[in-house]
Formats: sequence, structure tokens, C-alpha cells
Amino acid sequence: MTATATDPVRVEGLVVRYGDLVAVDNISFSAAAGEVTTVLGPNGAGKTSTIEVCEGYRKATSGHVSVLGLDPSREQASLSRRMGVMLQDGGVSPSARVRDVARQYCDLYGKGVAPGELLERVGLSERAGSAYRRLSGGEKQRLSLALALASEPDVAFLDEPTSGVDIGGRQLIRSIVRDLAARGCAVVLATHELDEAEKLADHVVIFEHGHIVADGTLDALRRGHDEIRFRTSPTLDSAALGAALGLDVRSLGDGEFVIATDTSQVAALTAWLADHGEPVADLRAGQQRLEDVFLRLTGNAVSPSISAAETAGELP
Amino acid sequence: MSPLRAQLRHEVSTTLRNSEQLLLTLIIPVMLLVFFSLVDVLPTGTKDPVDFLAPGILGLAVMSSAMVSLGIGTGFERTYKVLKRLGTTPLGRGRLIIAKIVSVIVVELVQFAVLIPVAYALGWRPSAPNWLGALGAIIVGTVAFAGIGLSLAGRLRGEINLAAQNGLYLVLLLLGGMVIPFAKLPGPIAAVAKALPSGALADVLRETLAHGGVRPGTSWVILGAWAVVAPAAATRLFRWE
Repeated sequence: MTATATDPVRVEGLVVRYGDLVAVDNISFSAAAGEVTTVLGPNGAGKTSTIEVCEGYRKATSGHVSVLGLDPSREQASLSRRMGVMLQDGGVSPSARVRDVARQYCDLYGKGVAPGELLERVGLSERAGSAYRRLSGGEKQRLSLALALASEPDVAFLDEPTSGVDIGGRQLIRSIVRDLAARGCAVVLATHELDEAEKLADHVVIFEHGHIVADGTLDALRRGHDEIRFRTSPTLDSAALGAALGLDVRSLGDGEFVIATDTSQVAALTAWLADHGEPVADLRAGQQRLEDVFLRLTGNAVSPSISAAETAGELP
Repeated sequence: MSPLRAQLRHEVSTTLRNSEQLLLTLIIPVMLLVFFSLVDVLPTGTKDPVDFLAPGILGLAVMSSAMVSLGIGTGFERTYKVLKRLGTTPLGRGRLIIAKIVSVIVVELVQFAVLIPVAYALGWRPSAPNWLGALGAIIVGTVAFAGIGLSLAGRLRGEINLAAQNGLYLVLLLLGGMVIPFAKLPGPIAAVAKALPSGALADVLRETLAHGGVRPGTSWVILGAWAVVAPAAATRLFRWE
């Protein structure tokens, strides 16, 4: 998407290098007010490095970054008052009590947000007296989100906000994030989970190996790529089916096939399969899922969430 | 509320509520003072052991709050990314450091408010105390020990830092002239002990409190040197993440 001068987050030609390693290689994107911009990609794609430059936490090797019209590395003091941040993990002492941390952050920002209301908003009122280490993974993420809200932010950087969170917690976090955007905040949310991106994003920026491989609204990324997917016997004569429909039928293995076409061909397809005594199952027609978009764009055989899970498994 | 006041309140209440740190900063010094004053087994060389012990234990108190307590707390905050998270708030590093210094001073005031009356109750009667000189030594000592504590905290991982701070505390307690006089240490060890900040602080405190003097002795020079070198090292070594 084209950046406009009024976008709260503007990144132009950003490069981040750690010694010889190029983590972010000349990327540009922007995030608009009132929208959830999802930065999607596998772990190590450069998402966190990019976000940390936007927060003013890390210096860019080169390029230009503007957040709320400020230079994050030089004007972080002004920026920090209007910015909400959720780190990928941690940020709170294990022994600190939930109530005390909430009060500390409300006081640090001085926006008049009441700690009790903040905890209620993220569903942690009952855990106010607990130590941080006693919270579940999902509760920790919700507290972290609460601390990001203490600044009543105009711009929010949320790094993997739903990782390790159960289904109920995810729904709550999504509704808070949507609410934040609805109030006019520019939300930049990094995730490696396609599902989260699909549920939350107004605008998706797909990262791979430090590059941006796609940038646009969900609809724009999926548009023009309608397809029909179905399962049948692996021995299907796909060439004959393709000839009958006048379309290319691609085998995905294990009896799964895909045809790049819109829903109008469903009737012809099922009729042909019935005539030839072929079974049909799992038939789905219409827009590609974000996962398919991702696979198409990156040519990545492994979905980012799977590769991320593998990486996580290697950690001690 | 300003960011500084918010962080001050948080630091002070966290430190005072932390029971492990309270054991280290208050209970151990009080126990050492009471036990060795009543049970005269240490070769203190004074008629009444409390006359030797009281200034040394005040030095130990400074070391435990400024070095160990600050160092362990800050080390874990670094490991758990608390410092990183605070780095994105309006607090800023300058105010964070001020809040930590004030929190150390508050703990020291509590320590002295307990230790000095206890020492008096045990019969400590400093002959000609120069309290202003002692205060100066405590300030210089606090700077030196905070520098050492933060040098370790700024580089070592949480658990290793914890072990290093506690180990250093024990070594300096034994070698520091705090509970054992230098004269009782073997010659080469005594020479090293006198060059350590713990030994220098205990020596200066004993000098100012027992003899009323603020003589520009070697110990003042050593303590002053540590107060310059240690914070400078901390500034260079400290990694926020």
C-alpha cells in the first residue's frame, strides 16, 4: 500500500544489520491510524527487529522511520508517552504482583487510567493479588497487553500478543486489539500465526528473510486467486478432468487437488466426478485462505507457524 | 504523578517487601552484630567486641544494600526484560537510575535506624564519633559498591549473577576487616584485604567513629579510587538486554 504523509507509522528503506547478519533488508511499509496492520512471517524474518526500531529501542543501520511524526531513536521520550508496547515475552519481574505492576505503569504514563479498570478490561481483576510467576501463559500475555493500554496509545506495537494463549484468551485479546484500532490507534501486530493475521488484520505485511514479499489488505492479497479444492481418489485422471472443464487441475498429493477457478465451476466438477464414479470430499471453493496466499507468495512448503513451532522446540 | 515518583514508589516498596533481600540487608547484619558482641570469640583486639564490630557491621550493611541487593535485583530485571520494557515508557534511563539510588539510600537509612540503636544497646560507646565523616564514607562506599554490583549485574545472566554477588559478599565479609581484624589475616592476604573496598570502608568508618578523625589515610584513597573505577566499569560493562 502506498504510504501517505499522515500515516502514524512510516518505514522507508529500513536496514538492520547485526554484524554480518542482515536481519532487515531495505523494507518500506506504513501503518494507518484506526487499522490493525499485521506483520506476518516466520520467526527470524525480521519482524521483531523492525518493530524495535519503530519503538526507538534499536537503531536502524540505515533508512528512515517515522512514528507519530517523530524519529523514534532521537525523540523516544516524546514518543513513549503516546506509545503502547507489548514485548514478545517477559517484561515483568516474576515476584511482582499484578496489581502493583498495573499501578506502576498507570503512574508512569500519568494518563489517569485506573489500574483496577485496566485489569478488568483484560479480565485479570481476580488475579490482582497474584505474583506474575503464578499467572498462566495467557494471563501473562493479557497483563502485558494491559500495560500497553496504560498509555492510552496513539500507536501500539504488539509482538506475538496471542502466543501461548488459550482460545478464550485469544478472543478477548482480539476484541481488545480491535477496540484499540476502533479508537483511532495505529496497531502494528507481529505474528507468525496465519490464523491470527486472518482474524485481526485490516492490512497485512508479509516478511520473509528480511524482505517484504506482500503488502496490502487481506482482500487485496486474496483477490483474483479464487480456487476450488477437493479430495478424491489419488488415481483420479486429472488430465481428463482438466480437458473436460477446460481448466488446469493440479494434484497436491494424497488425493487432494486444486483448480484455479471461481465457484461457478463447482457444479461441472461434481457432475464429472459423479459420472466417473469418483468420490468427493472436503470440497471448498472461493477465496484462498491466507495460508495459501502465503505459500503462493513465498513458495514456502512449510507454513510459518509450523516452522516457528519447530524453532521453539529447539530452545532449552 | 511524575514518572520519577511512580518508579520511586515502585522501587522502594518492592525492595522493602522483598523478604530475601531483607534477610541480607537487615537480619544478617543484626545477627552478626548481636551474636559476636555477646559471644566474645572473635579476635577483635578491643576490650569490648562491639567497639570493633559496630563500625564494621555498618560497612557490611552498606555493602549488602548497595552492592548485593541492588546488583541481584537489577540483574534479574535485566534477565526478565523488565529494563527493556521500562525502556519504552516515559521513565528513561536517567530517572530509572535515580530511582534505584534513592531506593538504596532508603534501605540504608532503615539499616542504620536499626543497627545503631542495637549497637548502643550492646554497649557501643564511640569515644569521639565524627558522624559527618562517617556519612561521607558511607556515601563514597555506596557509590563504590553500587558500581561493583551493577558491573556484575550488567553482564552476567540472572542465576550466575546471583551466585557471584552472594559469593563476593561472603569473601568481602571475611576479608573485609568488618568482623575480622586485618592483623589476624596472613600478611599477603591482609595486604589484598586492605585494598578491597570493604576493608577500606570498614577502616575509614572505624577511624571516623572510634577516633573522631578524618585523616587523609590510605583507606580513604582506596575507597575513593573504587568509587571512581567501579561506576566507570559499570557504565562500560552494562548491557540493558
